Amino acid sequence: MTWMESFRTSWAAVYSHALRSMLTILGILIGIAAVILTVGLGLGTQLDVSAQISSLGSNLLIVAPGSSTSTTGARGGFGTSATLTITDAEALSSTVNAPDISGVAPESATSLSLTANDTNWTTTVTGTTTAWTSVRQRTLAHGSFFTQAQADASAAVVVLGSETADELFGTQNVVGQSVVISDKTFQVVGVLATAGSDSSSNLDDVAIVPFNTAATDLVGGTSSNAVSTIYLQAASDTQLSAAYQEADALLLNLHSISSTDDADFTISSQDALVSTATAVYQTLTILLTGVAGLSLLVGGIGVMNIMLVSVSERTREIGLRKALGAPPWAIRRQFLIEAAILGLSGGILGAVIGVVAALTLPAVIGSSIVVSPLAVGLSIGVAIIIGLVFGVYPATRAAKLAPIDALRSE
Amino acid sequence: MNPVSANPVSANPVSTHSVAALPSHPWTLEADAAGPVIELIDAGKTYTSGTIEFEALKGINLAIHEGEYVAIMGPSGSGKSTIMNILGCLDTLTRGQYRLGGTDVEELDEIELASVRNQQIGFVFQGFNLLSSMPAWRNVELPLVYGHVPREERRKRASRALERVGLGDRLDNKPGEMSGGQQQRVAVARALVGEPTMILADEPTGNLDSVSTRDVLTLFDELNALGRTIVLITHELEVAQRARRIVWVKDGAIVRDEVNAA
Repeated sequence: MTWMESFRTSWAAVYSHALRSMLTILGILIGIAAVILTVGLGLGTQLDVSAQISSLGSNLLIVAPGSSTSTTGARGGFGTSATLTITDAEALSSTVNAPDISGVAPESATSLSLTANDTNWTTTVTGTTTAWTSVRQRTLAHGSFFTQAQADASAAVVVLGSETADELFGTQNVVGQSVVISDKTFQVVGVLATAGSDSSSNLDDVAIVPFNTAATDLVGGTSSNAVSTIYLQAASDTQLSAAYQEADALLLNLHSISSTDDADFTISSQDALVSTATAVYQTLTILLTGVAGLSLLVGGIGVMNIMLVSVSERTREIGLRKALGAPPWAIRRQFLIEAAILGLSGGILGAVIGVVAALTLPAVIGSSIVVSPLAVGLSIGVAIIIGLVFGVYPATRAAKLAPIDALRSE
Repeated sequence: MNPVSANPVSANPVSTHSVAALPSHPWTLEADAAGPVIELIDAGKTYTSGTIEFEALKGINLAIHEGEYVAIMGPSGSGKSTIMNILGCLDTLTRGQYRLGGTDVEELDEIELASVRNQQIGFVFQGFNLLSSMPAWRNVELPLVYGHVPREERRKRASRALERVGLGDRLDNKPGEMSGGQQQRVAVARALVGEPTMILADEPTGNLDSVSTRDVLTLFDELNALGRTIVLITHELEVAQRARRIVWVKDGAIVRDEVNAA
């Protein structure tokens, strides 16, 4: 019996039970499509997250108050204590002490209520310097950012996020309008272009004021000079590490701390943020893929189930074939090919449906799905292997049937 | 001729052919042309089920020569089905020897047995055992598939075998579209197609009405007249009487072995 003959016989068996074969194939199909989609969704989300983090600005270092990880791995008051001040930011701006840092944008963020005419809106009011736009890579849709002169003079000027402008005025071009923040009237000089949101905050719902204005008019008291974050921009990719060293040394010196372990601030890079965020999604992807893999396993058990039914249903046929001279290997091969046909069809259909879904679903759910050719190829391979593995037992059982017993069965 | 066997040259009242005019047949046997093609020597078969032993065959001796038409006759439980399974290489002896075409079958492994069944034995079963999803010619070519005969050659030989049994116009009919008699003739064609050493028929008329029974038995007569060795297992005397030699089996032993004088 040639391979072609075996294949023809197996195909006839699959075809003659079309509905049953389809249902079995469906089990594999769902498993394969699920694996492709979960892997694709996981990869897509990782890409989305790193894209969002990159949108913070390029070659960015982020200095936050609070100690870094202690030896026990616990973080001491990250972002809560006011250990960073505007003095630190000014020192970091020095081209002599920190030649690899090209831009410094300190931020002091406070949540405050804004009033325009009769409308109230609570948002994050951020005091910063004129370097902010270049460091955070933001552009203005209307008007302009406040000038160095306005900053020096602690002028009552504000730049609004597009969403904030919308909420307060119902329109975005609101340059020249007035907004009351903490009983003080601010003039709107610009509106930021839309930037979307990063993983933690809405980048379009903000109000930006000069740092000094915020310090004197909005915050006041002892914490007026405190900053919540300092964004540093390295002059280039290759200078990022040098910029990190300079910032670290400079701040340790300013805070009179001798050991890095005792630092009351944390410097993190964009890369670190990306890898932290993607690590989370990677874990999630592995978990979901595991679940999808389980459904594939269930599909495989379905193949085995149907193959066992097929063998017991055709016991007489097997007996007859053996009486007519079929050696055990021919019988085994016939059933293995049958199982492989079921597995392969499920694999190919599952891959097609998975890829089609991966291409159409993002439009609906708004999250990217990356079709990984490796995942597609692997899952088709896995489908065939599943067919074969779960087909071995039924096929061996068929091959071992004694011809007289098989012929006698009803 | 071996004197143990009955003289095959006896008048058969149904067959119109003269036995003396047997054509020589191109057998592919390693056996000495003069020796028996089928030989059971002190053949015993004991079935064991738990602690209970049942001796189905009590050491029988039987020799069948080329061209013979032998009926193995006996009531149910006599051991005739066991003889059929042994002769068909579907089961093995627990004692004694079975020589088919000069080869000791007991020494063959499963794959060699499959090949012996394929090349030397043409089965006809009581229940036809046709594959219902396949047309007649596909059923008939099945032994050739396992005999590594090329596809076109198979189709040709299957058509010829079907023509031989009078179904040349039903090549593409499925078993479900044929009468019982026609189905059994398809099965006979399948038994013939591989040019086996013997045709082994197990109650071939058990499921047939009297007209179809006559048809099938006439077919056997004709095939025998052409030189085919036929072994027919039955419990019906009328059927057995169509053979030229009747071996009577009872309680696992041969009680009578006679030339059919009917």
